[in-house]
Amino acid sequence: MRTHDNAVQAKLPLPPATFHILVALSAGDRHGYGIIQDVEARTEGALRLSAGTLYRTIQRLLDEGLIMEPPKSSAPREDPRRRYYRITKLGTAVVRADAERLAQMVSLAKGAGLLAGAS
Amino acid sequence: MIRIYRALLRLYPSSFRQEFADEMTAIFTQRGAGSGMLRRLGLLLAAVPEVLANAAPLHWELLRQDLAYTVRSLRRAPLFAATVVIVTALGVGANTAAFSVADFVLVQPLPFRDPESVVRLCAGPREGGGWGCNNLLAPAAYRDYKEQTSSFEVLGAFARGAVNLVGGSEPLRLAATQLTPEVFPALGVPPLLGSFVGGGAGAAPDARTAVLSYGLWQTRFGGDPGVLGRTVSLDGEPHVVVGVMPQTFYFPTRDVQLWTPLVVAEEAFGDPFNNYLEAVGRLREAVTFEEAATDLSGVLERLRRDRPDVYEQLAARDQGGVSFFRIGDEYSPRFRLMLQALVGASLCILVLACANLANLMLARAGARERELAVRAALGAGKERLIRQMITENAALVLVGGAAGVLVGVVGVPLLALLVPPTLPIASRPGIDLRVLAVAAFFTALTGLGFGLAPALRAGGRAALGALRTGVRSSGGPQRGYRAALVSVQVAASVVLLVSCGLLVRAVLRVQAVDPGFRSEGVLTLQTVLPKPEYLSLASREPFYREVLTRVRALPGVEAAAYTSGLPMVMTGGITQVVLPGQEVRPGGENNVSRRYVTPQLFAAFGVPLLAGRDLEDSDAQDSANVAVVSESFARRYWPANQAVGQSFLFQNRLHTVVGVVGDMKVRGLERVSEPQMYLPASGVPEGFISAYDLKDLVIRASVPPTSLLPAVRGVIRDVDPEQPISDVRTLSELLASQTAPRRAQVRVLAALAVVALLLAGVGIHGLLAFTVAQRQREIGVRLALGAEPAGIARRVAWDGVRLVLIGAVPGLLVAYWAAHSIRSMLFGVPRADPATIGVAVGLCVFTALIGASVPALRAVRVSPLTVIQAE
Repeated sequence: MRTHDNAVQAKLPLPPATFHILVALSAGDRHGYGIIQDVEARTEGALRLSAGTLYRTIQRLLDEGLIMEPPKSSAPREDPRRRYYRITKLGTAVVRADAERLAQMVSLAKGAGLLAGAS
Repeated sequence: MIRIYRALLRLYPSSFRQEFADEMTAIFTQRGAGSGMLRRLGLLLAAVPEVLANAAPLHWELLRQDLAYTVRSLRRAPLFAATVVIVTALGVGANTAAFSVADFVLVQPLPFRDPESVVRLCAGPREGGGWGCNNLLAPAAYRDYKEQTSSFEVLGAFARGAVNLVGGSEPLRLAATQLTPEVFPALGVPPLLGSFVGGGAGAAPDARTAVLSYGLWQTRFGGDPGVLGRTVSLDGEPHVVVGVMPQTFYFPTRDVQLWTPLVVAEEAFGDPFNNYLEAVGRLREAVTFEEAATDLSGVLERLRRDRPDVYEQLAARDQGGVSFFRIGDEYSPRFRLMLQALVGASLCILVLACANLANLMLARAGARERELAVRAALGAGKERLIRQMITENAALVLVGGAAGVLVGVVGVPLLALLVPPTLPIASRPGIDLRVLAVAAFFTALTGLGFGLAPALRAGGRAALGALRTGVRSSGGPQRGYRAALVSVQVAASVVLLVSCGLLVRAVLRVQAVDPGFRSEGVLTLQTVLPKPEYLSLASREPFYREVLTRVRALPGVEAAAYTSGLPMVMTGGITQVVLPGQEVRPGGENNVSRRYVTPQLFAAFGVPLLAGRDLEDSDAQDSANVAVVSESFARRYWPANQAVGQSFLFQNRLHTVVGVVGDMKVRGLERVSEPQMYLPASGVPEGFISAYDLKDLVIRASVPPTSLLPAVRGVIRDVDPEQPISDVRTLSELLASQTAPRRAQVRVLAALAVVALLLAGVGIHGLLAFTVAQRQREIGVRLALGAEPAGIARRVAWDGVRLVLIGAVPGLLVAYWAAHSIRSMLFGVPRADPATIGVAVGLCVFTALIGASVPALRAVRVSPLTVIQAE
């Protein structure tokens, strides 16, 4: 899957908002406000996505095939009027690759003694 | 609150909005739920920068996509793109140039302080054709007006002239003006360096000072600020440079380079008919122009009552007194008209360009209907398509507009050639940005307006029809619009062609006027002898005699003579003569044009001697006063063929007619000239004022006249090495300069008319090609049923001609009206000149036939088989 790898690599590094949105969707289908709340909770309020940024990113992610809109009937919804988004396989691969990239960079920083709790 | 938020969301591109606006509104509602008014307001305020920050990149992304698409689609239609760009460029460029020049000359205030208060005063009427002042003021009259009027803050006098500047390489002859100390303050422009001539109003002027123009300072003195205090030699007299005027200062005309003080000798006030002054003044604050005019005419009336001996005569000579006008009205009304005609013509081009653009856009809309229908069917929203169309047209119009600016930049200097040098303004107007904006706005509006049509249709049902049948379904109404637009173009072309044609006829008519002299083979040049070196007649006489003797001896010279003024150059010099025992009659009936000449002048000019003899050298020595008069002079005073030997009174002295010669158009080809009187050089009045001094050398040669120039220069240098030579030209050039402004104007109009005709031709061709393509099936069926191909071609051609005839009717009406407004420039050519109208309409029909030829051929070549198979 050389080409698949290339496609994944071409999208890295992810902008922070994109990364957080993909992480939020990795936990399950969410609608827009759900994503905002999830990101806010995970980052303990440090990142609060605006509606504009969120949907601009969503539009791009939809275009690039990293997320999709599941058919309405596919799963039970707490609010059936809202639009839900689901991460695709490609999306999962991309966010995982970015997380690995970040982890590598963190361990590099630790090795250089830049971070507390160096192993 | 929600409503405001929704309104805010409209900043996003519509495709994005349609997709996500509901969700975003829901989020906004949820966030604000349960909180107070203040917090919700805070949320809304925070949303403003957020929306702006996110909407901008989204729009940019779409613009990028659309531009890429535009480039692709225009690459497929290069002819269309090029035509749109060219049409836009012409429309924008021609208008920008024409309006910039017109605005610069007609609207912009002159570069004087408060120019509305600066007024001019001279003698005689300003003729209907607008030729400026007829006559000059005598010092005595100037002083009377100055003393008795109360409307002027200052009133000064000036005398135009020229001086010989000696020093440096070549002696130089410069246009210079002598002025009284009031003139500069009246104009209200401070000097760039130093001070005014004479040091301001009131102070006694020092005659030995000079003020330089910026141009002279730069060219002759290298822009050296140390020039103040330097001494220059003017006409052999040392003058101290006391000032330099700023670059934008011109007075009274653009060519004047030097100002010296005007000192009126006390004895000059003694002769009320010795007129050589013009006056310029500044109105007192709170005095209107009309009040000043009333004041002035009151003074005139009183003067005529109190001193009828002088002022009745003056009124008779000057046909009713003085001309009084704002300095802004100095240029001739003719010239204003010329510029207005130009502006009108460029408006025609704008109308034409807009009609053409509309037509092009509609044509392209027809061609793209299918493409747009496909895109709409594939899910492109109507708004998205409109956006795409706007981008495409805006890009085209922008490129066209940029090209238009170039056309304007190139066009302004060309049109500026129409600005006569007799105006006190710079010769080079700049591009007027406001005008540019207006022209760009109109073309953009047209381009965008009509460019949107296809996108608007794309969403409609017709488009679906187009998709289904695969046939261009746009039908009747669109053809109707397009035919109307083509007719508008034809109308605009007809207006331009007819106006241009009438002006061409006028030029031909002016050129056909017999000037009275034979212009071929004649060289003229000027040697103005400086005073006081050559103050007395006796001191000048040897110079003329020597020069003439040696020039006449040059090989190829047939005749040579000196005169005090060339016809059409020196148009003044008007004097009154009466028969013994008669009174001067009012209305200029005794006015004649007065020239002092040497023998051989008539031979040099090629003016026929009708009776009697030429002046002879002995006339100058004789104490008897003799004169040669022109035919009209003889006819005015005496029965036919009896003039020779008769006498008349001039300056209270009896003069005897010794010869009668043909009339010359001394005032110019287009004006009525006074009868002419030629006196021997011995009669030239003595004094510093040199209007009647012999100065123009006229040489008739059997060789090309300019080839004589080096030899003539040599002769003059030998006689007086310090004597400059100026105004070298052939008589043919002088004659041609009479029609130069007209020819320049006609050239500009003709260029515009050709452009108009071309555009109209393109329009006709486009429409017919479209019609033929649309009727292909019908034509095929007709051909299959046995119709004559020639008949079908004729029908297509007739369609084109019909468009012309429909457009020509309103065109001719507008042209008739336009001709009415330029009638004073038509020189008697009738407004409804049938030949001009015939040629104009003929040219349009011819263009239509050419435009129709390709579509007609295509129609004939329609293969019935192919068409029917396609069914």
